[in-house]
Amino acid sequence: MNQNVILQIAGLYKRFGDFTALHSIDLKVHDGEFLAIVGPSGSGKTTLIRLFVGMDEPTDGTIWLRGQRIDTVPANQRPTCMVFQSLALFPHMTVGQNIEFPLKIRGMKPAERTARALELLDLLRLPRSYHGKRIHQCSGGERQRVALARALAFDPEILFFDEPLSALDYRLRKTLEKELKDLHARTGKTFVYITHSLEEAMAMSDRIAIMRAGKFEQIAPADDIYNRPVSRFVAEFMGEVNLFPLTVEESGAASAGSFTLPPRATARFGLVAGDPATLMVRPEYIGFVGAGTETEPDLSVRGRVLNEFNLGSRFQYEIEAEDGQRLTVETQRDERFGGAIGDTVTLGWAIDHCHVIRGE
Amino acid sequence: MERLDRRLGALCATPMLLLLGLTFLAPLVVVAAFSIMPEKVFDLWHQPDFSAYVEVIRQGYWTSVAWALGMALVATVILFLICWPLAYAMAKVYRRFTLVLTIGVVLSLFVSENIRLFGWVLTLMKGGLIEGHLRAWFGTGFDGLLYNVPVIIFGLVYVYLPFMLFPLAQGIAMIPDDARQAAYDLGASRRRVLWEIDLPLAAPGIVVGGLLTFVLAAGAIAESKLLGGQAVIVIADDVETAFTYGQNWPLGSALAMVLIAIIGSIAIVGVSRIDLDAIMGRRR
Repeated sequence: MNQNVILQIAGLYKRFGDFTALHSIDLKVHDGEFLAIVGPSGSGKTTLIRLFVGMDEPTDGTIWLRGQRIDTVPANQRPTCMVFQSLALFPHMTVGQNIEFPLKIRGMKPAERTARALELLDLLRLPRSYHGKRIHQCSGGERQRVALARALAFDPEILFFDEPLSALDYRLRKTLEKELKDLHARTGKTFVYITHSLEEAMAMSDRIAIMRAGKFEQIAPADDIYNRPVSRFVAEFMGEVNLFPLTVEESGAASAGSFTLPPRATARFGLVAGDPATLMVRPEYIGFVGAGTETEPDLSVRGRVLNEFNLGSRFQYEIEAEDGQRLTVETQRDERFGGAIGDTVTLGWAIDHCHVIRGE
Repeated sequence: MERLDRRLGALCATPMLLLLGLTFLAPLVVVAAFSIMPEKVFDLWHQPDFSAYVEVIRQGYWTSVAWALGMALVATVILFLICWPLAYAMAKVYRRFTLVLTIGVVLSLFVSENIRLFGWVLTLMKGGLIEGHLRAWFGTGFDGLLYNVPVIIFGLVYVYLPFMLFPLAQGIAMIPDDARQAAYDLGASRRRVLWEIDLPLAAPGIVVGGLLTFVLAAGAIAESKLLGGQAVIVIADDVETAFTYGQNWPLGSALAMVLIAIIGSIAIVGVSRIDLDAIMGRRR
């Protein structure tokens, strides 16, 4: 992935009456990257994508595509294209006619159009015989591929996706996620993908932008977002997490209620007395400390097992610490907790696996 | 359970079937039977022949058929052009106002067609609302605006507007908004979106509206009589004349059968060309 900026937005505002849907947004999208924009519903991500493709005009701010201002260019003259949540396939056309639509608009000859449509069917791994099929004869997954083929036929500079997989069942979604990532690699196009599903974003994208209430909370590679969130919101949005409010004392130690962070740890995180901060640990980094554990963990907490959940690939436990705080712990299947619900256990984890979120 | 449902369905449909059989089919059969009776008879107990049809051709009734169909066609095309933007606004743009508009248009149907047409006669005739005012203000008058072909077509357009407007609005409402947006996003101009997306997807509404107005206008009589005077004779007028002044029921029946055959075949072709389910992709 090169670092050329293909799409840049600066100071983007969108207001609907009194409601500000987008609040001074800045973003740079790199050429060829797969960027996922993630946020809960109502965070403004669909509004943002509509501004990108030109279905809406920003109230204020600028959008540049390869250095050209496009925020005032109408949608049908922008070299961008969107895959709709509903797919928006044309029900009165065949699969072939759908795929060829942008080429037809461009005035390409019928024979060339058909040849290109067949190539795209190959690319999307659909049988060539589908060219003459009607849309309503296709399954959900096939329709997805047709919508993708149609968008690729347009040959956009950037391909936008508005939660195209959200209506599909789990298995098909997983398959299409892989195909989409694979397609991204093979075409080298820039993909900007909107979703409310963290999992989808993590599985496919190079970078993730987290949206909250019309602003970006954090824009970073998936690993950073997961392990080093900048806020509680991001931490909680990116899956199960244990958060401990810290009180840093004059001595350098920090109290987290049921355990205390030693001064060497607070020094490492650069915390000084009076700083508001929260300690974050992901559930998979916490383990049960038993007789078999050889090394003493950096941090430990005693608590009572409230519940066990079988997640298939892992087990998840809900544990109540002595001070009443709830913790979530996840183990691999072969490290399943041997005791019973209600047992008192000791949990331990390493300082290396902790992350500190600054601010309230 | 399914068999019971089917029986119930047939049972529920029975009263309507009987009524239609009695009021729609029976007169049609009688007319068809009369059309193959010899001239000027008033019962059905004669040797059938086709003398009435021969008479239809010999007396050159095709001109009145052509006038009726031609004016109906022009009125239908004008109605489509007028109603498309309005129906579009009703289906996609207006919210509250659609209801107001619907009520307004439907209210006009509450007044008899003839009375409304007489209103136009009073408006357009020599010494009427328009000509009378102009003469009073400017001192020079003209011959009034009645008794010509354009005013008949105006009457048809005026009377049959609801029959085009509502099916069209229904058809346009069926166009998915995101299909339009997707086409636009894929580079289509507004005109291409209209041509490639709007018109094909609204086709059921267009065909239904077009057929309704065309069929009604082709059989219309009041417009050509009241507004058109004797400017042109339409086929429905001929049918009426044959049955009344002419006292020639077989001739009237034969004329009616010709009209039914022409309009019926147009309607059948139109209806069979649209497959509502296929167009909307609803067939599973």
